[in-house]
Amino acid sequence: MYDRNVCEAHALRVREHILAMSTDGGCFTGASLSCADLLVYLYSSYLNVRPDNLSDPDRDILLLSKGHDVPALYGTFAELGILEPGRLANHLDCNDHIYWHPNRAVPGVEFHSGSLGHLLSVGMGMALSIRLEQRQSRIVVILGDGELNEGSIWEACQVAHSLHLDNLLAIVDRNWFQANMPTEELSPLEPLDEKFRAFGWNVLRVDGHDFDALHSVLPDLPLRNGVPTVLIADTMRGKGVPSIEARADRWFCNFSHDEVRQLTEELHGTSSATLVSPTLTVR
Amino acid sequence: MNRYELLLRDRCAIDPRIMILTAENRGHMRSVPPLLGDRFVDVGIAEQTMIGMAAGLAARGRVVVVHALAAFLTLRAFEFIRDDVAIPNLPVIMVGMVPGVLSDGNGPTHQAIDDVGLMRAMPNVGVFCPADEEEFVEGMAELFDNPRPCYVRYIGSQAAYRREHRTTLQRGIVLSDERECCPDVALLTYGAMVPHVLEAVQQLEQTGVSVRVVHLPMIDPLDETVIIEALHDAAVTVVVEDHLIRSGLYSVVCEIAIRHRIHASLHPIGLPTWFAAGRLPQVLRMNGLDGASIAHRVTAILNDEATIQPTTNGE
Repeated sequence: MYDRNVCEAHALRVREHILAMSTDGGCFTGASLSCADLLVYLYSSYLNVRPDNLSDPDRDILLLSKGHDVPALYGTFAELGILEPGRLANHLDCNDHIYWHPNRAVPGVEFHSGSLGHLLSVGMGMALSIRLEQRQSRIVVILGDGELNEGSIWEACQVAHSLHLDNLLAIVDRNWFQANMPTEELSPLEPLDEKFRAFGWNVLRVDGHDFDALHSVLPDLPLRNGVPTVLIADTMRGKGVPSIEARADRWFCNFSHDEVRQLTEELHGTSSATLVSPTLTVR
Repeated sequence: MNRYELLLRDRCAIDPRIMILTAENRGHMRSVPPLLGDRFVDVGIAEQTMIGMAAGLAARGRVVVVHALAAFLTLRAFEFIRDDVAIPNLPVIMVGMVPGVLSDGNGPTHQAIDDVGLMRAMPNVGVFCPADEEEFVEGMAELFDNPRPCYVRYIGSQAAYRREHRTTLQRGIVLSDERECCPDVALLTYGAMVPHVLEAVQQLEQTGVSVRVVHLPMIDPLDETVIIEALHDAAVTVVVEDHLIRSGLYSVVCEIAIRHRIHASLHPIGLPTWFAAGRLPQVLRMNGLDGASIAHRVTAILNDEATIQPTTNGE
């Protein structure tokens, strides 16, 4: 059941979790913040995934192909009861499986990732299997915009269309940055809609931070018209924390505890753009 | 219908989990697509997508055979095999067409002569190199019985040797009739080289050389016992393979010898680099891999060994 206020409350806490994981070794903070709203909406209001049905063959499946935004996924899991929240404190502890990319050993993770350009084709295999099983489950694959540099994405787009995988929904977290560069300065992606459309896909575009906008399009997706669907969600790297919004140098961040405290204040609106420290590790 | 097609047809009929994927290489299984319907998928010339999809299908509980040109399957899709099949240990059986010398006229781009080394390098992935169609089909049947990630060098040729025991995927097979406990030479080989090695043995035995031949259809996991016995028993051990020397069975046997502290006279007959393209008999001859060449090269190795005298201190 969609409730905008509930989504916003969850999203705020997910962003707190992301900031908490951005210290003591750090994480890919900017890329995680950009897709926090998307993941909160999908798990709270779209996917039929609950803590008690994680192995139900009729569940929907979400794959995080841009795996480095996994803090947003784990934060969402913690908020929705899929993952025990205390485990987030195990980030980067070899005794758990919580690290910079998703691991299937963590409840709710459907497939591991890390290397870009893989999970669209893995999702296609699942989508094909689900069609043969005559189930109604939907496959959602979250792609990064930088990830679209990988040729395997476009190879998979071609094959997904040829196989009429209309139970497949790709969502591009279009935050306009890749690791160290704005996407359009490195290898321009626009007009991105036309590229996917040329591959025969249904293409929709939405503001990826506006829950009402997400709720106005997603319940009808993927369109079951014989071809796969892509939703391009325009987002902002670092969304919600002014000091790290839309900055090329804030992809991977390893903040001090004090900096995390400042950034959390920014997140809550009790201060703005306070962080001037350049103490960032860019990977 | 060849035996591969019959096997796929029969297995798919009894096991609804099985799916067949190809990257536009259906030449060896033309009768299969109409029989299997939706359970046969040709993705087109897209090896990476094929492997990713195979992993996704396997993650849903299916057993997937992928069939593609060995060079492109192992190299183009290498990282997809490692990330999406090997790491999650999913039951994807990867059949590589025209491996080794069998790509004869295609030139170096198509030569899978590093495939065994590449696939063996990955944890969880088996490497199966049958000698003929019968062994291929028997091994595939075993893989269907106990599905796991495995790379298979496809071969469709007639019987390479007389079968005494049914193949198992775990065991090295001693092919020679030679019962002598300490042969002059042990020849370790696999796959398409088996008939050529057996031809070489006939010539060597005519000159009075005693030979033990060991065929190792599984390179990984490998039957180390039969190799250690050969290294201990034979005066000289020669590894014969249609693969790069630098990463193939010869390298593996060297590892074993060192790990077990076996001081052995151990020699490679394999490919130092990509081979000149041409028809298979000439490829074999020019690269010293046909029966007569193998016999000649083994004889030369034995002669060299015989002329090496131990040095004495102070001389």
